[in-house]
Amino acid sequence: MGSEEQGLKAGIEIHQQLNTREKLFCHCPPVLRPFDQRNGEFFRYLRATESELGEIDRAAEEEMKNLRRFCYYTYDTTCLVENDEEPPAPLNREALFICLQIAKMCGMTPVPQVHTMRKLVIDGSNTSGFQRTALVAVNGTLPGGVPIETICLEEEAAQRVEGDTFSLDRLGIPLVEITTAPTMRTPEEVAEVARYIGMVLRSTGMVRRGLGTIRQDINISIPGGARVEIKGVQELDLIAEVVRREVQRQKNLLSIRDRLLARGAGVDPRVRDVTPLFSGTKSSILRKAPCILSVLLPGFAGLVGSEIQPGRRLGSEFSDYAKKCGVGGIFHTDELPAYGITGEEVEALRKATGAREEDCVVIVAADAGRAECACRQVIRRAGLALEGVPEETRRMEEGGNTSYMRPLPGAARMYPETDVLPVRITREYWDSIPVPELLEKRAARFASELGLDPALAQQVAYSGNLPLFEEAVRRGVAPPLAARTLLATVREISREGLDTSVLLEPRETAGDPAILSVLLAVAEGRLAKEAVPQVLRSICQGTGVSAAIAALEPRIDDAQLRAIAGRLVRERIAFVREKGHSALGPLMGPMMKEVGGTVDGKKVSQVLRDAIRDALGG
Amino acid sequence: MTGFLPGDRVSFSLGGQPGTGTYITERDGMAVLKLDSGYNIGIPPEGCTLLERVEVPRPVAKEVIQDPSLPPLSIISTGGTIASRIDYRTGAVTSQFDAADILRAIPGLREIARYTTRKISTILSENMTPALWCELARAVCAEIRDGARGVIVTHGTDTMGYTAAALSFMLDTPVPVVFVGSQRSADRPSSDNQMNALCSSRVGVSDLSEVVVVMHETTSDDRCAIHRGTRVRKMHTSRRDAFQSLGTSPLGYVSYPDLEVTLSPDARRRNDGEPILRDRLEERCALLQFYPGMPPDTLRNYGSCRGLVIAGTGLGHVSSGMVPEIKDLIDGGTMVVMTSQCLHGRVCDRVYDTGRDLLKAGVIEGEDMLPETALVKLMWVLGNAKDGEEARALMQRNLKGEYLPRSMPWEAKSRA
Repeated sequence: MGSEEQGLKAGIEIHQQLNTREKLFCHCPPVLRPFDQRNGEFFRYLRATESELGEIDRAAEEEMKNLRRFCYYTYDTTCLVENDEEPPAPLNREALFICLQIAKMCGMTPVPQVHTMRKLVIDGSNTSGFQRTALVAVNGTLPGGVPIETICLEEEAAQRVEGDTFSLDRLGIPLVEITTAPTMRTPEEVAEVARYIGMVLRSTGMVRRGLGTIRQDINISIPGGARVEIKGVQELDLIAEVVRREVQRQKNLLSIRDRLLARGAGVDPRVRDVTPLFSGTKSSILRKAPCILSVLLPGFAGLVGSEIQPGRRLGSEFSDYAKKCGVGGIFHTDELPAYGITGEEVEALRKATGAREEDCVVIVAADAGRAECACRQVIRRAGLALEGVPEETRRMEEGGNTSYMRPLPGAARMYPETDVLPVRITREYWDSIPVPELLEKRAARFASELGLDPALAQQVAYSGNLPLFEEAVRRGVAPPLAARTLLATVREISREGLDTSVLLEPRETAGDPAILSVLLAVAEGRLAKEAVPQVLRSICQGTGVSAAIAALEPRIDDAQLRAIAGRLVRERIAFVREKGHSALGPLMGPMMKEVGGTVDGKKVSQVLRDAIRDALGG
Repeated sequence: MTGFLPGDRVSFSLGGQPGTGTYITERDGMAVLKLDSGYNIGIPPEGCTLLERVEVPRPVAKEVIQDPSLPPLSIISTGGTIASRIDYRTGAVTSQFDAADILRAIPGLREIARYTTRKISTILSENMTPALWCELARAVCAEIRDGARGVIVTHGTDTMGYTAAALSFMLDTPVPVVFVGSQRSADRPSSDNQMNALCSSRVGVSDLSEVVVVMHETTSDDRCAIHRGTRVRKMHTSRRDAFQSLGTSPLGYVSYPDLEVTLSPDARRRNDGEPILRDRLEERCALLQFYPGMPPDTLRNYGSCRGLVIAGTGLGHVSSGMVPEIKDLIDGGTMVVMTSQCLHGRVCDRVYDTGRDLLKAGVIEGEDMLPETALVKLMWVLGNAKDGEEARALMQRNLKGEYLPRSMPWEAKSRA
């Protein structure tokens, strides 16, 4: 891939939710809820406000082209702070601790006095219209040499239910935002750095896991292009593809610009009403619209329909901008006749607007206000096409394409959160913060010290059950058994359709999770390791730990064991005579089936070996 | 002191790396710098070096263009959250915003009326005084005489109920006098100032002639309620729908965003009369909340008062030990009015012995008046009545809807 030659510069911002007991600025539990458990709804309108310098942030202004009504779901786990009906509680110190821990792992320097800011976000995802965020530490380096510029502690936004409806359960969950310097040169490097930072974050053992708990934003520019921020890449596997497609998009936009300039293309700033032209149209969209307006783009013919990403054209970019005014989209003559619009109508449109063959005409159908707003947006975006690549915040679409969200925000969107007092990070506090062992180091240690197979060691170290594994091993459970049970056995049982979450909950004994109690029973010789899956299954079905183990009985005493072994050997005497001592292996299966899980496999094998020896007349 | 001025470009070093920022203020011994990313951080001032002294540009106030064909309204600002801005000196939200700024911040206002603006004060409403109530009443009266079709008063929400009650008694108005504020700061995109201001402006040109408070009715941006100035109370510290009419329904509503005003038949209608101002208040009045175990001699501190409102328990009680002290107070020339800390319901001192003793001592039953409204009314009555007998009669008469002759089975608004 030639991105390196093209001078690609990329950086990433990783947003990771923290697994704290409470939210960042209130005492609600950070739990996600099914939407149907909501206990109320309310709605608000948001509007752009002036910053202290009398400016309105350009990104905020863009979102405000419409008066939008946002609806919010509330739960018995949300409070007036999420509703923007009460001032925030002080900054959550547990979250700050985790954030500082991560900062220390990245070799960063803490900010002496942390100030919480309000970052304007008026897409509805924050009830207040801003996101609270604080810069906590600066200037670090990953072991691989990638500079980390900043780490911030932020509150998570509300989750979109659909359209302009949001759910408040997620709002206020603490997250850290880690920003690298734009030093990455290839798509693959971007993906690798994202993976590495993810490992660092998980090493704290204090981050939330699962889909949506970590998100990557990618900053990309190429020479002659512009800085573009791509929001919300959730899958690591897609990162490289997103970067490749953005490089492609910027290259294509630059090439379109060169062709436009060579043609002497321009943008006609006039918006024309062409509603009467379509009075008898068969296009249902145009027929329904109260108003149809047009924009003439001299010299743009063919290029508006020109592909810039797989399935996306320059026209798609125009359409994204127009949609900010609340219209469904645009039509342009590069794609017409189509959508029920006839060749004759296109000709009439060209004639009415004075379009030449090399010109493109864009039309928008909506009420007069929205259509006018959308045409202004098309004129603006077409003008930007003559300059090259606009600085933008973009949203990832399926497959790795991106679409326009809003202009890159400026510094005007940030001002102090006056309801939250600044927090001093003293030298003593910073020094007292422990640095957790990196998961990759831990995996290596599990392999070397505990004798785990390296692949299994890696799996355990990165798994969510790592603390449980370490606890089990500390209390005498054989590491391979602990690892296999926590990873493979639980997964198998879960695939059978049983709810394995109960295994991680304390049952009866001293607050230990059920699975740990079972492993300890093996370590203490009260249970055969072969019976672990069976015991775990019955716990998942609602049985208590002791009851599940007891159910394996009657326990077989040594005499009974010998009797069973003797009978099995007699029943298969021909086979035993033929195979000799190597009959042991094949006979273990039927033998274990008979004795169930209450006797240790080693002992069974010893008794069986003795019985074979006796039968062979030893 | 850090030696820097707001706006100074400053360099600093953090973790061995140089950085630059703009000096904002001093906070707990730290220099607060705004980085180019927009974040503020606090750095020890000794680690900062002045790069350049930059004149902070005064925000250029955009001219407010008004439509001369619309009815004239007057906006009088007193301060409060609706008119608040961040103060970079202290980092706190303060009232520094005047009426013209409100017009700039809420462009929709200009589609409802044309405005003259006037500033009485820029204070948070806990700093309001009876003297300022009088000044405000005079200003409102002058604006009406000058032809305003209505007057909007922007006010901090904490004591807005008191001021609205005070103006209700001091002013007979032929046009709407509308108090409005906001519970959530004006800087936030979700602030209720926008909707409250638009709704109050619409009430300002409506067919009303009372002193009212117009604020959010619910937590949603769906409609504002119009509350009578003598029956309204702030019932929550922070919610948008903190203001409620107690013991009665609101006088009307304004829907949002279409701004349709509906008035109840009870609401007094606009007329062509002249405003009448009676702006004398007897400030030597007090409001005392009784609590179990209150030492009876507490009342001796109120001997210099000409009037005292007691917020008693239940039907209007204090401990029997206080009755002789109250009698002494009344014999000494202090008018004592009993209200209830229940807020909902009517005082009746004829049911229990303590009550009957209070009546015998000369206490006036405050009917179902809110304790704060009773205080303001007492100030006005003692400032305007020619003698004690008239004052007593006025206190027992409904003047401005402050008490309801009939107790309606109105449910306290239940909160979701």
